[in-house]
Amino acid sequence: MTEILDIWSYLSTGPLLWLTLTLLAYLIGLGVFHLSGHRPFVNPVLISMILLSTLLVATDTSYTTYFEGAQFVHFLLGPATVALAVPLWQNWQRIKKSAIPMLAALIVGGLVAMASATAIGYACGLRGEVLLSLVPKAVTSPVAIGVSETIGGLSTLTVALVLITGVIGAVVTTPLLNAIRVRDYRARGFATGVAAHGIGTARAFQVDGTAGAFAGIGMVLNAIFTSLIAPIFVQLFF
Amino acid sequence: MILHFGILLGFQLIGEILARSFSLPLPGPVIGMILLAILLLTRPRVGPAIEKTASGLLSHLSLLFVPAGVGIVQYLDQMSTIGLPLAAALVGSTVLSIAAGALTFKFVNQARGYKDQPHHD
Repeated sequence: MTEILDIWSYLSTGPLLWLTLTLLAYLIGLGVFHLSGHRPFVNPVLISMILLSTLLVATDTSYTTYFEGAQFVHFLLGPATVALAVPLWQNWQRIKKSAIPMLAALIVGGLVAMASATAIGYACGLRGEVLLSLVPKAVTSPVAIGVSETIGGLSTLTVALVLITGVIGAVVTTPLLNAIRVRDYRARGFATGVAAHGIGTARAFQVDGTAGAFAGIGMVLNAIFTSLIAPIFVQLFF
Repeated sequence: MILHFGILLGFQLIGEILARSFSLPLPGPVIGMILLAILLLTRPRVGPAIEKTASGLLSHLSLLFVPAGVGIVQYLDQMSTIGLPLAAALVGSTVLSIAAGALTFKFVNQARGYKDQPHHD
């Protein structure tokens, strides 16, 4: 018994264990997603998050210790963001043709995300820095952190809100857009990228390459739009 | 493979340097992506070389969000007070934003006389 505890205390503080468990949790999440017949509400990111959070709480492991291992996966977000240039280039002709509807959808989708999150949060009793942390929740996390700090929110809470928004977007987008009868993959992908950044984009790529490319552009444009508009929005309404 | 991955990292690095030196409101990787897109559009021959590495990385994009997502454990003890209002705000605003954005795209497109490009399956 003491031997097992020794091995555990050795492994649980190094990066190897938590890196391996992150990949394992994701493989389980993907497996469940495939078994379910690719149902949108069976989201691999959500399943992995629940498995790993439960494990951290059960073993009384801090997030800092976990992240020492998981950071190697986290780091790849940078080059993956750069890699979005490739689908952008592959779909350039179609993107150029849709510039005007994209711009309109960006302004409406970006403003609705900011305003409705703040309004609902306020109506439910949220105030101060917690409410401010909601403002940039639709944009990709590295940008959201910067925006949150600029407007006086809690940047670590913003990261959590951004991630949950992404998962919600990935889960609701297919049934929602079917229900309101938007069938054009460009519109579907773009709106998902604007509202649910990289996780929405990852979901769009699972469905269709064109939807994924348009989602990637939606994510990037809303990152630019929100970082410019959020400070003005906060000045007007706070 | 190593070279292609190096290209992606190189563009990220250039993006970070530009973001810091001009204190741009955009993160380095996003600037790197814009620069790589400009290179691909002006020198299309570069494309086929990095296509495979890029799509390999993008096909597992979901995995890369897991470590940050697990960060939610840091807020578990506060969730009893702010959890429900935050959940309402996130679900409501995400549904409204996707619907508003997609409908705007559709109607502006139709107003300009273009047809929808529906599922091609």
